[in-house]
Amino acid sequence: MAVCIAVIAKENYPLYIRSTPMESELKFHYMVHTSLDVVDEKISTMGKALVDQRELYLGLLYPTEDYKMFRKLHNSYTDVMCNPFYNPGDRIQSRPRPWEDLPGKAVGSTCDCRGPSTAW
Amino acid sequence: MLKSCVVSKPVIEKWRSSPPPPNPVLLSSVFGGRSKGITRHVHLALQVWRSAQGWLEAIASSGAGDQNLFTSIYPTLSQQLPREPMEWRRSYGRAPKMIHLESNFVQFKEELLPKEGNKALLTFPFLHIYWTECCDTEVYKATVKDDLTKWQNVLKAHSSVDWLIVVVENDAKKKNKTNILPRTSIVDKIRNDFCNKQSDRCVVLSDPLKDSSRTQESWNAFLTKLRTLLLMSFTKNLGKFEDDMRTLREKRTEPGWSFCEYFMVQEELAFVFEMLQQFEDALVQYDELDALFSQYVVNFGAGDGANWLTFFCQPVKSWNGLVLRKPIDMEKRELIQRQEATLLDLRSYLFSRQCTLLLFLQRPWEVAQRALELLHSCVQELKLLEVSVPPGALDCWVFLSCLEVLQRIEGCCDRAQIDSNIAHTVGLWSYATEKLKALGYLCGLVSEKGPNSEDLNRTVDLLAGLGAERPETANTAQSPYKKLREALSSVEAFEKHYLDLSHATIEMYTSIGRIRSAKFVGKDLAEFYMRKRSPQKAETYLQGALKNYLAEGWALPVTHTRKQLAECQKHLGQLENYLQTSSLLASDCHLTQEERAHFCQEILSFANQQVDSPGHRVLLPMHSFAQLRDLHFDPSNAVVHAGGILSVEITLYSQMPIPVHMDQIAVNVHFNIEKNSYRKTAEWLTKHKTSNGIINFPAETSLFPASQNSSPGLELSEMFERSPSDNSLNTTGIICRNVHMLLRRQEGSSSLETPSGVALEDGAHVLRCHSVTLQPGTNKVAFRTQAKEPGTYTLRQLCASVGPVWFVLPHIYPIVQYDVYSQEPQLHVEPLADSLLAGIPQKVKFTVTTGHYTVKNGDSLQLSNVEAMLILCQAENRATIFSNSREESSVASLRIQSSDKVTSIGLPAVPAYHVIEFELEVLSLPSASAAMGERGIQGTPELHRKQKDRQKSGHCMVTTDHKVSIDCPWSIYSTVIALTFSVPFRTTHSLLSSGTRKYVQVCVQNLSELDFQLSDSSLTDTGDTADLQLTPLNPQCEQHIHSKQSVFFVWELQWTQEPPPALCCQFSVGFCPASEEQLSISLKPYTYEFQLENFFTLYTVNAEISPPVGAEYCRTGSLCSLEVSITRLTDLLEVDKDEALTESDEYFSTKLMYEVVDNSSNWAVCGKSCGVVSMPVAARATHRVHMEVMPLFAGYLPLPDVRLFKYLPHHSAHSSQLDADSWIENDSLSVDKHPDDQLDCSSVRSRGSVASAASSEHKGLPMPRLQALPAGQVFNSSTGMQVLVIPSQDDHVLEVSVT
Repeated sequence: MAVCIAVIAKENYPLYIRSTPMESELKFHYMVHTSLDVVDEKISTMGKALVDQRELYLGLLYPTEDYKMFRKLHNSYTDVMCNPFYNPGDRIQSRPRPWEDLPGKAVGSTCDCRGPSTAW
Repeated sequence: MLKSCVVSKPVIEKWRSSPPPPNPVLLSSVFGGRSKGITRHVHLALQVWRSAQGWLEAIASSGAGDQNLFTSIYPTLSQQLPREPMEWRRSYGRAPKMIHLESNFVQFKEELLPKEGNKALLTFPFLHIYWTECCDTEVYKATVKDDLTKWQNVLKAHSSVDWLIVVVENDAKKKNKTNILPRTSIVDKIRNDFCNKQSDRCVVLSDPLKDSSRTQESWNAFLTKLRTLLLMSFTKNLGKFEDDMRTLREKRTEPGWSFCEYFMVQEELAFVFEMLQQFEDALVQYDELDALFSQYVVNFGAGDGANWLTFFCQPVKSWNGLVLRKPIDMEKRELIQRQEATLLDLRSYLFSRQCTLLLFLQRPWEVAQRALELLHSCVQELKLLEVSVPPGALDCWVFLSCLEVLQRIEGCCDRAQIDSNIAHTVGLWSYATEKLKALGYLCGLVSEKGPNSEDLNRTVDLLAGLGAERPETANTAQSPYKKLREALSSVEAFEKHYLDLSHATIEMYTSIGRIRSAKFVGKDLAEFYMRKRSPQKAETYLQGALKNYLAEGWALPVTHTRKQLAECQKHLGQLENYLQTSSLLASDCHLTQEERAHFCQEILSFANQQVDSPGHRVLLPMHSFAQLRDLHFDPSNAVVHAGGILSVEITLYSQMPIPVHMDQIAVNVHFNIEKNSYRKTAEWLTKHKTSNGIINFPAETSLFPASQNSSPGLELSEMFERSPSDNSLNTTGIICRNVHMLLRRQEGSSSLETPSGVALEDGAHVLRCHSVTLQPGTNKVAFRTQAKEPGTYTLRQLCASVGPVWFVLPHIYPIVQYDVYSQEPQLHVEPLADSLLAGIPQKVKFTVTTGHYTVKNGDSLQLSNVEAMLILCQAENRATIFSNSREESSVASLRIQSSDKVTSIGLPAVPAYHVIEFELEVLSLPSASAAMGERGIQGTPELHRKQKDRQKSGHCMVTTDHKVSIDCPWSIYSTVIALTFSVPFRTTHSLLSSGTRKYVQVCVQNLSELDFQLSDSSLTDTGDTADLQLTPLNPQCEQHIHSKQSVFFVWELQWTQEPPPALCCQFSVGFCPASEEQLSISLKPYTYEFQLENFFTLYTVNAEISPPVGAEYCRTGSLCSLEVSITRLTDLLEVDKDEALTESDEYFSTKLMYEVVDNSSNWAVCGKSCGVVSMPVAARATHRVHMEVMPLFAGYLPLPDVRLFKYLPHHSAHSSQLDADSWIENDSLSVDKHPDDQLDCSSVRSRGSVASAASSEHKGLPMPRLQALPAGQVFNSSTGMQVLVIPSQDDHVLEVSVT
């Protein structure tokens, strides 16, 4: 079960972050934030190598013994961005359906998705 | 049975360089002779290099034959065999590889042959070799053949088909035995006897111990054969083994299946690959085992438990960490083999093998990465399997393992390599730090008091689980085991180790740019320091982390870290910092209401405590406390006159959770006098500054900057500064409205937490509001101030204070200003309409701007009267009074008193900075000078002034200026005001004649926009000439004259006696505006004076055209005669006395020149068109001239004009020589017969006149002059007559001219 979903803007602030056990919300925030180190690294190397840019999965971002963090939400994120009422860069306030569905889909992982990034 | 192990190469150091060519370290087992000593059996085995364990031997081949022989050959054989690589083709499409074969040779023994179902691959004899030196047929037949047969039978019995017979030839033997058959024969026999279809199974090795080329060749051939066969057998057997293994794996769902058994089988394969140096393949075997096990655990978690797995669920009793220093951890392997391994044992063993192989593959960083994953997954698997683990045991295990992996990697890499691969290892460091911290907390090593007995018990238990230190590391000073033991031994040791680890981790994270991770570890460290009561050390880390979270806008971490920081600052006694952090926390919506209230209360209680020590101020930034939302000025344009009241209302959004009572709220105002700017004048300010007075402030976003990198765009706008006098452009430029945003110090975010950025300005001008309670949310605070000095006031800072605590908004942006102006009293007088019309009452607006002057009762404007302008006093005059901002108005009555010289306008009492407006009616009298404006065509001098305008439009009105001097009560100087009035009419006159009767026509043209009623027109002779009568021919009634229209008046001039040469007339007409009702005053009539000269007829001219003789009508193209008769009507008169008059014997005559001109080109004048006649000055004297003209068109044609001029001789006084030629010349010119000679004639005339006027002196030519007779003196009786011209008959084209 996905326990936390975060969408991060390219300036590294959270556009959307939601976690299921509300008690450990803070912990997830810290965790997601720390994992940005790896995201940064991966994106910068990806930009250099210009490998298949459509490969959006960045792999394991932050190893913890409790959870695994992945990034596989890009399609859902595109849906949100396609919303004409969404102002890019704003925090995603509403809870559009795709996000609600996701915790069921993404198995056994904390998910982390980088927001509008120039690398894409 | 002897098995000697001979592997002792220091393996670990080797992998770094590329794997060396296989060093034939052979495991050879030499058996005692079984047969009669003639033959010796030698086993050929694959050598397992690097693996030191005897059990790893793999018998590749078993041989038979002579022990001595083999012993002598063996060194060469073992050295040469692995020298050449062989291509190894593999099944299942796996890529072929080049491998070096090394073998172990073992003496043949039937027991060593594998039995059916044998899974051992390592001890498998791959090739059986029979060695023989036999060169004697007899011997062969006697012993060797039997021996071979037996050997073959044994092999067949074990269905082994991989064998080789080697016949070693020796020259020395040949020499000894002469009866030797040719050497081929033995080989042939053997081939014949044993290798019926496989002749290659028997090879010859010639003189193996000699050093000859033949020997070399023979060796090469033999070795190639040996390698081929060996590899063939190996491939075959390996494939079979793999198949068997897969079959076994497929049975894993069967109840009795054991993972450990399978593990051993697959590991066998891994060993083989490892022997062949196919480490990649070997690693794959372990990875498969890893994955298989992991999947089982996951399935177990999902409820699908395998029986064998329950064994792994036994409670964890030992947590001594990974062992990576031995290639193979035999203890653990045996545990697995015995199916006694725990989960940690299995994982540890598996990983140690993977680690070994990865290190062979020179991938130490993968070891680090896998290690981290392994440690995490082990922790999770233990959870999944619900294995009971004593608290802290896993932490110990993970800690030891992390360090073990790190030390293992460090052991085989140099410093530079490690430094450049920190990214791979730092995770382990971090994990170890985390675990050590957990252990420290668990064992009471972090608390202030030190561990209690419970903690100590726990520590003892944990240390017990570590067991004894392993012998490999016993001598290592920094072994993980020793470290952990030491760290858990005392508070001080723990602190040292934990700090070492933390600092190392932070340093590593920082060095590879993982700042966030570094900060996160730093935060842990800060927590530790806080526990250790070292807040000063914790602060740095907390600040660092907070800065990072703030910069990236992570609200929750910011809040949490701030809370920690607040505690830290409180401990440190950093008062201002603590208060600021508290204010930030009090406004933090991520905290609960109680928490926020607590922090708010912290501030307030501090503020209340410090009341008794005045002078001390704590400045805090306001943004966390309250936000300025908007600001409203009253008056709304933010412009107020000196002494006026200005109120400012601000909306403050308090972010505090509870109502806060503020001692005062103040706005610091910066005062600036901009004297030279036109923009700051009262006129400009009151007119131009028209904002609605509400200034909105953007919501404070500095707490979570949306984007750090993107700076705001430039807000540029153009700026024009105009000169106040003529509104011309003085300066222009571009100003940037958000400079303060762009040029902000970059480290601004760092100072967010420190109040140093706030400085309180001490301005003289402060707007204050005392004792305000700010409720949570929106509050309105109003300031009132009386404007003092004129200038611009900029609102700079907003401060709110509670006791010594001052919340300061250091900059108010957008810039808020209000202007105070001071104004001199002023009087403006301007016409209400576009222009004032003379003659009728006109309204003039008076505007008194009082400025700083207060109009008292009795103050009045004194207007000095102008003669030609009346100020009409109405019964009741009203003045309207406005405030300067035009917001309020009132009406007051006006007292106007007029005396002869002065009109006094009493002003109502009005306070300063008001405007009094009233209207007065003025009447510009058509005064003498003005009314006499037009005299004939020339006009008055005044007219000259305006001539330019007149020429331009032709309809411009004549104007008169009246200057009025006004004395104002506020000034000792008079104000002079010029009012310009326009005369609405233009009048022209003309003299009309009919024979000797004369008429005067006056044309009045209305130039204004108004309609007028004209009445009482009259024309009088001002000269009062006797016997002169002016008979009006006009209607008596009033006449209406519309705008831009004209009205004509005519009088007949009659006289009885001889009239005077000149007549002065005055035309006068009453007028009043047509639209208006009864005017209060009677208006003066409009007058126009002019002079008439030469107004009576001297000559009549009559022209007559008659058809040619015999013709009834004139025809086009045929000459007709033109008779012109000029008749003198009077005798000599005064007017005739001029130069043209010649007198001889009382007989007067005058020279006249006539000229026939047809401007309409109807006629062609044939012959002379002009001539000079001498006219007797006597009544009835007539002169006739005959001319011929030809009509050019048919129809009723008007007669050509006949003009008459006075012909003046040249001035004798001016010209000394009288040149008669000029006359002749002139005459001859005028005799030109061309039809267009009129033009010439006129040109001559003009030339003559010009010459007479200007150039006679220059040329010296005495030219006669022509003078037109005044219109009144000549009457042309044939004007308007027409003559019928019929077209000539032969004209094909009929041209009809209709006039």
